[in-house]
Amino acid sequence: MRAAVIQFPGSNCDRDMAVAFDRVSGNNTPTQMVWHKDDHLPDGLDVIGIPGGFSFGDYLRCGAIAARSPIVQSVVEFAKRGGYVIGVCNGFQVLTESGLLPGVLMRNAGIKFVCKDLDLIVKTTDSAFTNRYSVDQKITVPVAHHDGNYTADATTLKQLHSEDRIAFAYAKNPNGSMDDIAGILSENRRVLGMMPHPERLNDPELGGTDGAGLFESITEALISA
Amino acid sequence: MKAKVHITLKAGVLDPQGAAVRRSLGSLGFDGVEKVRQGKVIELDLVETDRATAEATVKSMCEKLLANTVIENYSVEIL
Repeated sequence: MRAAVIQFPGSNCDRDMAVAFDRVSGNNTPTQMVWHKDDHLPDGLDVIGIPGGFSFGDYLRCGAIAARSPIVQSVVEFAKRGGYVIGVCNGFQVLTESGLLPGVLMRNAGIKFVCKDLDLIVKTTDSAFTNRYSVDQKITVPVAHHDGNYTADATTLKQLHSEDRIAFAYAKNPNGSMDDIAGILSENRRVLGMMPHPERLNDPELGGTDGAGLFESITEALISA
Repeated sequence: MKAKVHITLKAGVLDPQGAAVRRSLGSLGFDGVEKVRQGKVIELDLVETDRATAEATVKSMCEKLLANTVIENYSVEIL
């Protein structure tokens, strides 16, 4: 598996995501780190990770400035060609701001930054990111965000439900997110955005491995493709 | 030429920050505030000297970056 992680000024989960990709991709193809000012993506990529953090200081709106950087335009083209893209936390915000995923992540309903381990419910296994889980499986994954309150218009929400595009929901809603949404898929099911951090619970020494299934799912999808 | 952009949340979009400001005003004794909506003002200094062109350009900036039209409205004032 050939993976890349995009780095912006203010990204802070980029190394964690690279380690998570490396654990499943083998030693021969280390994850490539791509700086936001690079003008093109490495050749032959299977998957791109957009990491958590506070790109460009969260100025204007979370993810807004990163979403307009030239490298993200290349990521959009990659996704439109059918490439796999996962955006976590700030990465999810970048994906909604770029238009790859619908809706917007607003300020948490309780105003406060939320940082804790939470139970997520796997809502679909029909994606390259969730095929190793089972429907309604509960997994524990940490969240750490100030703007995770997923908001979309009624038509979009209805569409997400009817097209089975809600990947993860919170067992107990931490941020006011509509319909307890924690993560959603694009129309072609190849782009996933989620607020919780699967890359942070990916090794027993970090306290758990519930996030590992997500990265193993990607390799599974690539093998069977 | 100067431009001022006002960005506000669309009607019906919940504004947790505005709600917190309203509660804080209440705790300071400012009763009778039924609702607070928080927005942004962005001021731009432009090289452009033609009003109509400036307005069209700033509107395009709003569509592409300054506002997220999923949840926000904007208005442009050319000064």
